[in-house]
Order: sequence, then C-alpha cells, then structure tokens
Amino acid sequence: MHDDHDHHEHHHDHDHGMYEVDPLHYHPPQPDLEDSKLTHHQIMQMAVAELLIEKGVITADELRAQIDFMDSITPARGATLVARAWTDPAFKERLVADSRKAGAEIDMELGPIPILVMENTPTVHNLIVCTLCSCYPKMLLGTPPDWYKSRSYRRRAISEPRKVLAEFGTTLSDDIELRVHDSTADMRYLVLPMRPEGTDGMDEAALARLVTRDCMVGVAVPQS
Amino acid sequence: MSARYKEGDSVRVRTAYPPGHCRTPFYCRGKSGVVVRHCGEFRNPEELAYGAYEGPLTPMYRVRFEQKDLWPDYDGSARDKCEIEIYEHWLVPAEGADHA
Repeated sequence: MHDDHDHHEHHHDHDHGMYEVDPLHYHPPQPDLEDSKLTHHQIMQMAVAELLIEKGVITADELRAQIDFMDSITPARGATLVARAWTDPAFKERLVADSRKAGAEIDMELGPIPILVMENTPTVHNLIVCTLCSCYPKMLLGTPPDWYKSRSYRRRAISEPRKVLAEFGTTLSDDIELRVHDSTADMRYLVLPMRPEGTDGMDEAALARLVTRDCMVGVAVPQS
Repeated sequence: MSARYKEGDSVRVRTAYPPGHCRTPFYCRGKSGVVVRHCGEFRNPEELAYGAYEGPLTPMYRVRFEQKDLWPDYDGSARDKCEIEIYEHWLVPAEGADHA
C-alpha cells in the first residue's frame, strides 16, 4: 500500500501532549518525484523525445496530445464493444473476426496493433497475460493495473492460472476449458465475457456498466 | 514469404537458446502444439531489436498447447490450454506430422 500513511511505522499509543503539532514527533515528508534516481531507460526516453522534437519529427504539442489521449482511455471503451456484441449477434461475429473494422463501425479507433477478441462460452474461459513484458490492449482498456505487470501475475497466470483466478474470486469448474493467451508478440487480446443471467431488460449503456476491466482481462466474470 | 504452416498443423517449438532479444518464451521451447491461426507477416523481433526495419517479413502463428504438456506438475483441468504467438523460424513440424 502506498498511501499517505506509509511512514507511520511506529504505534500511536503515546500521548501527543498539549500541542496539536509536536516538534519532537517528526513525520518525514513524502518523497517528491525527483527524489528517486532516474533509470537508464528514463534518461534514454527523455533524450529520444527531446531529439524528435529538436529535429522536427514531432512537435511538443503532438507528443503531449498523444500522452493526453492515452491517459484518457478507460475500460469503458472496451465495455462499449462488449455491450454492443451482447445486444447484436452479427456485430459480435464481426468483432471476433476483425475488431479494428468492427470498432470503425462505431467510430472507435483501435490503433495499429491488432486486438484479437477472445469469446468466453459456456465451455471456454479466456485469460490474458504477457509473460515477457506487459503487453496490454491499451487502446481498449487504458493503462494496465500494477498487478498485470507484476512478475508474480506473469509467472503464475501461465503456470497455475486456476489458482490465480481463485485469488481474484473466480472459480471455474473442471468442465470448463481455461485458455490462457500469452501476448508474446504482435497481437493484443481482449476477453469478450458472457452476458450474465438476468440482464434481459437492460439496454446497451446499462450492460456496458457491468463490463469491468477485470472481466476483459479474464480474471473475473460480469455480475448482474 | 509464404506461410509454411496452416491452421490445424502439428508443430514443435525449436529447442534453441540464441543470445539477444527474442520473443519465444522459454517454457514452450521443445514443446509441441497445434497451429490455430496464421496471424500474418511481421518483422522478426530478433532483427528488429537491432534496428533491421527492412527485408522480408516473417510469418507468425498462434500455437495452442496443452497446459499439461508445458508444466509437468500442472494441477488444473486436463482440458486447459495455452496459446502463444510464435514466429515461423521457431517452428518445425511435430514428429510424425505430415507437411508438404
């Protein structure tokens, strides 16, 4: 946990005395961003960015706008596609066949890297991992959570995926084939979860709210 | 470059440990699986990592493995699978498989 109380390692069972702020009771400040040493790759990234701008390959504003766009992506984008697929079987077929074309139908840009949509069925459950680094369908889900990038998830999601799912609260029967997709190269993956029971009366917007990031990575299933 | 394998072909991942950047996970080297999709042609990441942006592209496939074949002590369901993206030069026909 990295909240503001990280540095409170001592116990607060002593008396603070009459002062609201005890000068002897020192709380170290949260470190600033600049307090940790730059890594080799951070320096290289800054140098390349500066060179690209200096040489006029891109402008500073283009770089800023792209970061701004990437940071603005949330799993709601992926959820929009899933909810549309749940309500329109023909769209679902097109989404599974070619997600870029299907996205373009609703003016959603999926980017240059192919995203393969893996459909959960009553007999198959899909799970996504990138064991080599942290490849992730950023154009549909935004920035990956820290656990997705952790060595622990990357190692265990491939070798003991059912235990990992159970830790996320998802238990699969042995009758279901668990298919783990290792995102090792030029593809990205999105899980198309099954539409939950009891959602017949819901419209597309309401359905989309049931589709979370975890469901589209495959560590959870949507709840109605 | 035309694709050597097609959907349904049995293949084995070469057991090789070349130096440098490569995107074939260790855990599948020497293991056999089935091609489930030809993903198209891409730059070989082993060359791309050193700045080779020209030359022929390499076919890349999604290969499906039985989890119990990858992990000797796999304790999930016997139905469980793993699918990995593998470039053509890492694949050979599986023993006994018939390839043109």
